[in-house]
Amino acid sequence: MTVLDMRDVRKVYRSGDADIVALDHATLQVDHGEIVALLGPSGSGKTTLLSIAGGLLTPTEGTVTVNGIDITGHDAKELTKFRRENIGFVFQAVNLVPFLNAEENLLVVDELGGGKGGKTAKGRARELLDELGLGARTRNLPAQLSGGERQRVAIGRALFNNPKLVLFDEPTSALDTKIGAQVMELIRNEMKARDTAAIIVTHDRRMTQYADRTVEIVDGRLGAEAPVAPQA
Amino acid sequence: MNLLPKLPLRELRRTPNRFVVATVVLAFLSTLLLFLGGLLDGLYLGSTGAIRSQQADVIVFSSSARDSFLRSRITPDIRAQVEGAQGVTEVGGLGFVLLGAQVPGQTELADVAVAGYELAPKGVPARALDGQGVADSRLQDQGVSKGDTILVGPAATPITITGFVDDTGYLLQGSVWVNLSTWRTVQNANRPDSAVTDGVVQALVVRGAGTHAALAGAIDAASSGATKSLTLDEAVLALPGVKQQRDTFNQIIYTTLAVVLAVVGLFFSLLTLERIGLYGVLKAIGATTKRLFIGVLLQALIIATISFIIGSGLAMAAAAALPAKVPLQLIPSRFISTFIGLLVAAILGSAISLRRVTKVEPASAIGSAS
Ligand SMILES: Nc1ncnc2c1ncn2[C@@H]1O[C@H](COP(=O)(O)OP(=O)(O)O)[C@@H](O)[C@H]1O
Ligand SMILES: [Mg+2]
Repeated sequence: MTVLDMRDVRKVYRSGDADIVALDHATLQVDHGEIVALLGPSGSGKTTLLSIAGGLLTPTEGTVTVNGIDITGHDAKELTKFRRENIGFVFQAVNLVPFLNAEENLLVVDELGGGKGGKTAKGRARELLDELGLGARTRNLPAQLSGGERQRVAIGRALFNNPKLVLFDEPTSALDTKIGAQVMELIRNEMKARDTAAIIVTHDRRMTQYADRTVEIVDGRLGAEAPVAPQA
Repeated sequence: MNLLPKLPLRELRRTPNRFVVATVVLAFLSTLLLFLGGLLDGLYLGSTGAIRSQQADVIVFSSSARDSFLRSRITPDIRAQVEGAQGVTEVGGLGFVLLGAQVPGQTELADVAVAGYELAPKGVPARALDGQGVADSRLQDQGVSKGDTILVGPAATPITITGFVDDTGYLLQGSVWVNLSTWRTVQNANRPDSAVTDGVVQALVVRGAGTHAALAGAIDAASSGATKSLTLDEAVLALPGVKQQRDTFNQIIYTTLAVVLAVVGLFFSLLTLERIGLYGVLKAIGATTKRLFIGVLLQALIIATISFIIGSGLAMAAAAALPAKVPLQLIPSRFISTFIGLLVAAILGSAISLRRVTKVEPASAIGSAS
């Protein structure tokens, strides 16, 4: 079953007089539970593709279907609801709510979904943080956590709603190599344990080993798809 | 969607320091608002009590008086015409004279308004004996006690105080309610240039049937235009300075509220600017503009409320510390209207941030422009 189906997507940014074509005829399918690495140099259109797949941006041309929902014609309000219910995001920069502790950062998702942060939601937040190795850090504020721990909280937040698709934009670029590798390992394990599909954007070829498949992107065009043997 | 989001409340509790400056500034502005309002109320109440306490439907002046007690004279024949007017049931004379009075045991003169009456105002006995009267309780602050005989004006006309009545001040002076003949004695002994003959009063207090406007019209018609009748509210505003004071103070109060609006607007604009990154992330993970803006609004209302509570405390402390001479009166309705004014200013002020909150792109969280 296909979780993400992007067809002939084109994205043109209007910047002053010049038009920048960030994506051109991009077609990409991601299957249920599949981890796809999107590899390309800086400025190649990776973030743009991820944003369109997750309903953060609308394409100039083409169609986007996620979980069978065609979001191509969605307006801003519909997209907000769509993202809340269907997508998990982990961004490049640390982006937790600074005045909330780890557990509360996960519960933001529950609150945005109309939940009251009750027992069930709290239990789920703790369980997730436990799983992510943060069982002892649930009451810590982001400023009291290391970079790797913060990114793990962000992963917990992305997984909180059980999305079928999680989008990672260079999740380890702010971390050192060793911690980055640990986080990638964790991402892979979590995705596989939940049978959740993911796109992991990176400009670092070493990171592709954690994916089931690597798609290269250059100048807004998706290149040959190179299946990669899953990591042992 | 639960409309009481936890996020903005948690932010207030966890990072109170960010809100301290705005709260302190707004607390002082609240104090200022209450102070200005309290002065206005004090001036208004202290100037108008003698008229507001009249149990009457209209007050009749001579038409040449331009609504002033001082200039107004009603002769017995005009009074007879007024009594004969359609709808009039009761008529009483009224007269004021402002004088200094010597109070036993006091070195300073007390400011009194000797007020002659026939139809008693609220709280005043129906009849007063010659040379006796009840005094407005503000005269107690100037050393007047029950049983004192005060000596009024340059002629030192004696009046014995038989009791006190609240809220009957006249132009910030304490009224002494006496019968009309005592009033004439005081007037003629101390203001010989504007002496009144028997039966003459400054104005008439009229009770009657029908609407106030109809009654006033009937009276002025019956006197063939020799009188001008005002409702109590009109007579209050016709007192010298009352309307001007009110307008001036209200202008200062509205200006201060505009400053409150600007402070709230500026503060939350800056805060929103700081939060653009956070708002981008929250929008990306599914927060609506509405929810984020409600958060701003909620914080503004809470800060306004806390500031108001602090400001009220300061205003009450200041009022207690002030000498009794300062005509400051803090009345419940002023607290309510000030609080409402603050909340409205807070809502309008935070609305300035709405555009900025709306403009935050969820895609900014992911930094597609990087
Ligand atoms: N909001 C924007 N306005 C104008 N140009 C943009 C915007 N976002 C991205 N771009 C341009 O689009 C191209 C692709 O950007 P991006 O998707 O961020 O690439 P990557 O994530 O691979 O570095 C770049 O040339 C970038 O400058
Ligand atoms: Mg990028």
